Amino acid sequence: MGDLCRSQVYRELVSVSLGEETTLVFQVRIHGRGGQGVVTAAELLAQAAFDEGRHAQAFPSFGSERTGAPVVAFCRIADKEIRVREPIMAPDAVIVQDETLLRAVDVFAGLQSTGYVLINSMRTFDELGLGEYAAVGDRFITVPATQLAMQHLGRPVPNAVLLGAFAALTKVVSLKSVNDAIRDRFSAKLADGNCAAATAAYEFVAQQLEGSARV
Amino acid sequence: MFKQVEGSRAVAEAVAACRPEVICAYPISPQTHIVEGLSRIVKEGKLGTCEFVNVESEFAAMSVAIGASATGARTYTATASQGLLYMVEAVYNASGLGLPIVMTVANRAIGAPINIWNDHSDSMSQRDSGWIQIFAETNQEAADLHVQAFRIAEELSLPVMVCMDGFILTHASERVDIPEQEQVDSFLKPYVPRQVLDPANPVSIGAMVGPEAFTEVRYMAHMKTLSALELIPQVAKDFEEIFHRDSGGLIRGYHCEGAETVVIALGSVLGTIKDVIDEQRENGVSIGALGIISYRPFPFDAVRAALKDAKRVVIIEKALSVGIGGVVAQDIRHALSGLEIHQYTVIAGLGGRPITKASLDDLFNKAVVDDIRGLTFLDLDQELVDAEMKREAGQS
Repeated sequence: MGDLCRSQVYRELVSVSLGEETTLVFQVRIHGRGGQGVVTAAELLAQAAFDEGRHAQAFPSFGSERTGAPVVAFCRIADKEIRVREPIMAPDAVIVQDETLLRAVDVFAGLQSTGYVLINSMRTFDELGLGEYAAVGDRFITVPATQLAMQHLGRPVPNAVLLGAFAALTKVVSLKSVNDAIRDRFSAKLADGNCAAATAAYEFVAQQLEGSARV
Repeated sequence: MFKQVEGSRAVAEAVAACRPEVICAYPISPQTHIVEGLSRIVKEGKLGTCEFVNVESEFAAMSVAIGASATGARTYTATASQGLLYMVEAVYNASGLGLPIVMTVANRAIGAPINIWNDHSDSMSQRDSGWIQIFAETNQEAADLHVQAFRIAEELSLPVMVCMDGFILTHASERVDIPEQEQVDSFLKPYVPRQVLDPANPVSIGAMVGPEAFTEVRYMAHMKTLSALELIPQVAKDFEEIFHRDSGGLIRGYHCEGAETVVIALGSVLGTIKDVIDEQRENGVSIGALGIISYRPFPFDAVRAALKDAKRVVIIEKALSVGIGGVVAQDIRHALSGLEIHQYTVIAGLGGRPITKASLDDLFNKAVVDDIRGLTFLDLDQELVDAEMKREAGQS
């Protein structure tokens, strides 16, 4: 049931975003700062999609990454081989790992009209000065990922945590696949904390979505 | 086994499955992850007596590779960009001595100005070095070509450069069927060198050859390299029999047969090109692509046969021969001499500038009605160029 649901939602939103059903590809752009595991997040997402039998392509923006500098990574997910090698310019979803980037980078650049936005912040879109986006609360969401990471992991690393939130928001991958990818990548202790935080983020978003559906 | 894996890791695992006996390398982006991966595999003891030699420079890396290969060891190294240039003297020696070294070039631009991103300037600078050069389109092909490269190198006693786009492939995580050890073992037998440096039976290699025989030595090297045009397809066929996938060979067409316009390219940009071609064909445009896998030796006959019915060809080049334009274009022109085919050279993706579907779509739309210049620089910022030229003129 869960799988069917997910794949229906996935097909629907992809065909909407591309206007055709022949090229099913879901494109994610991840913004963060050097040291926050931006590239790792894209790779984990690709791994999660791969585990679900999909094709995925994750790649960094190839800058000279330095700690603290704005970094971008990309992930494409599709049902068939992904051949295109251009950067993602019209994403179906944007993940922002660091809210201070909102003042430095146009994280919304090229976002599809049906696209998703996930921002790591304790504040709402209104409080972030992005009130005009608050109307689409079922697609634009903030998650206190750093706090969840501190709580469950003891370190302020939000990258894997946000993927739990991403799974709840977009349903493009399942929480289980995200957690499997985390376990595949990290040592047991690190994986436990990240999975717990990702699960908490998943539940946080699921509750938010439920709330916004009721309104 | 299928894995979701970074290209560099896929190559490291494929090279490891070839059971190299000496690996030496000096790290340089974007090649570093490959040799880091291999150094870990060696340290974990998975490659038996294989020696990983840390060297102080790329010149030393190729020099150690030459020494190791000359003693009969299966030898691997990897580099990119300035690193390749720094080892050049030894690069020529490796081919001159007929040593079957396999080297990955994680293609990257050459400075100045300094630029760490992808284009093909580095390996193109070595097109006349006597190395076989093969280009990977995907990370799957990059992994597979390394397995094939050792076969080609050792059967011919010639070094092979496997070129893969830096960052675009080396740093991309995608699905790769990693060559299984058993399959590699049945495809690639242990290296049996033709001659070895052995203190018990001393010989000298690479001794001086004067004017009386140097031409003959070079001629023989040329003929031996040309024989790779027979061997490379055979190796790809053998590979397909064991691994059940199409990797390598001389060229690869994509809707090429019967197409009025054929786009020619090397490496990973072919993926983007194919996506654009699919869209254009849906709109009724007669367009296809031809990927050059073996760049040296250049498969003149195969290229000519594949393109003979085309009306025009568009050559997408990730390198620039300053003062003339395209690099690959000169070889294509040679291959098509006497045929009435319009030829357009497009310099694209220099220093890592993304080659986008939108720009290619626009380019092909113009090309199919012969509305482009013989030499085009894709996405050139003409305003910036004009302003800069004006400024320079004002200074003088």
